[in-house]
Amino acid sequence: MKIAVCIKRVPDSETRVKIGSDGKRIDEAGVKFVLNPYDEFAVEEALQRKEKAAAGEVAVICLGPAAAQETIRTALAMGADRAVLLQTDAIPADGFVTAQALAAELKTGGWDLILFGKMAIDDYNQQVGPMVAELLGLPCVTAVAHLEIDGTKGVAEREIEGGIEVVEFPLPAVLTVDKGLNEPRYPALKGIMAAKKKPLEVKPVQLPAGGIEVVALTPPPERKEGKIVGEGAGAVAELVRLLREEAKVL
Amino acid sequence: MSAILAVCEQRDGTLRKVSHEVVTGARRIGEVEAVVCAAGPVQGADQLGRFGADKVVTLTNAAFAKYSPEGCAQAIAERAKTGGYGAVVFAASATGKDLAPRVAAKLGVGLVADCTDIAAEGGTILATRPVYAGKALLKVKVATKPAVLSLRPNVFTPVERPKAGGAETIAVNVAAGRVVVREIKAAEAGALDVAEAQIVISGGRGLKEPANFKVIEELARAFGGQAAVGASRAVVDAGWRAHADQVGQTGKTVSPTLYIAVGISGAIQHLAGMRTSKVIVAINKDKDAPIFKIADYGVVGDLFEVVPKLTEEIKKLHG
Repeated sequence: MKIAVCIKRVPDSETRVKIGSDGKRIDEAGVKFVLNPYDEFAVEEALQRKEKAAAGEVAVICLGPAAAQETIRTALAMGADRAVLLQTDAIPADGFVTAQALAAELKTGGWDLILFGKMAIDDYNQQVGPMVAELLGLPCVTAVAHLEIDGTKGVAEREIEGGIEVVEFPLPAVLTVDKGLNEPRYPALKGIMAAKKKPLEVKPVQLPAGGIEVVALTPPPERKEGKIVGEGAGAVAELVRLLREEAKVL
Repeated sequence: MSAILAVCEQRDGTLRKVSHEVVTGARRIGEVEAVVCAAGPVQGADQLGRFGADKVVTLTNAAFAKYSPEGCAQAIAERAKTGGYGAVVFAASATGKDLAPRVAAKLGVGLVADCTDIAAEGGTILATRPVYAGKALLKVKVATKPAVLSLRPNVFTPVERPKAGGAETIAVNVAAGRVVVREIKAAEAGALDVAEAQIVISGGRGLKEPANFKVIEELARAFGGQAAVGASRAVVDAGWRAHADQVGQTGKTVSPTLYIAVGISGAIQHLAGMRTSKVIVAINKDKDAPIFKIADYGVVGDLFEVVPKLTEEIKKLHG
């Protein structure tokens, strides 16, 4: 199994977002960056598939700034074999530009599987995986929560409103994965030491701006101060009255 | 602004309600042509005129009986290419999230995903979308031709604005799909998705153990099929509830009319996922819990006393 996993460096989910002075991006000062949580499931899945096949390679591809090397080392410490950093200081707002850069890197790899997290928890673009599949002419299943592969046939399950869609696809394929697909491992000390010696190729890339331009990044509207209706079950009647008469939602 | 292609959804030959929101949203930026992929006539498609569709086009192919990721993407992209549309608008539903990027890539443009506001100003489309799970709003100018947008469910409240809604059915040829939906395993009868429900009642660690979620489920049932049960990350990670139910930055971002947080302290990643709810109620025994800071109405107390009482009161209203 030859598997590529596309990963992203994102602010930790506990980050308090502060808007930068240009009003178009976040202020990164003091922000802790991590491997995108959904990408952890993708890395884990790739490692398990390779281990099961007892052969193959797991390569990690990341588009991001020089600092993303730290994120890449996390994936290498989990067990990936090698990595490529497509280095750029700014990830464009236009996901198609990102997809083109990744597709250009992936097109000659001869991959059996190309895995992505179903989305990045920073820009919420939710598009790069299926776009890479389109650009490479590969079949794609998104938001995979359960996966079985037998030879070159795969069966994936994905959550839809009110049910689970069972989807068949042939390999090679591009999959984007959901939380719950597996239990991502923590890098062991041995893995962390080994990761320092694994190949990490840095390739500077120049990206076009694309067709989606950031106008402003703003804090969400403040919610108006709420009120404590009361304490205990005795407050419920008043709560229901307020929901009916004041909020008019019942 | 040239015409807008509003991509609607059907399941089992019936139009999905989220389509009304897509047409309502698309109407904000231009004249709307609604389009739906189906195996045959779609029940409810004739209602799209009421919400502002000037025209309703059904693209038919036997492969569209179930969602066909590749076939629908091809059919929609071909339609989009021929019509000179200013924008192609999807729902950011499970299907829309899968389909929209495929179509955008076929059109060679980026997707503006999960918009909560869209507008046309002097021929340019402006879109606002939550990023960092709603901790910030990103406003973008879309110069792609066409603009490809998806709209967050439950935000574009359907507005009736009657238009002709003339129907047209076009049989389309598409390549045999490699990705095939074999079946849909239905969730528990009547179970609503947290991202689409009008009322969401979420439970957290305050429930103490998984079996206690029954107090939440009973409250949800009291709302007579309008409410979905959500969960905090803590209880999903503990394996009490399915990930599909998780509200927050690594789960779903929801905007229901009423959100009731039960036994949830309100970690920042959870607040990010539900702060756009119209009305928020918090029930927690700790009066200093952060959840009370963004709740419109709070009740401090033992949830095992408060929630059953609330269930009783709601039953009276619906009874």
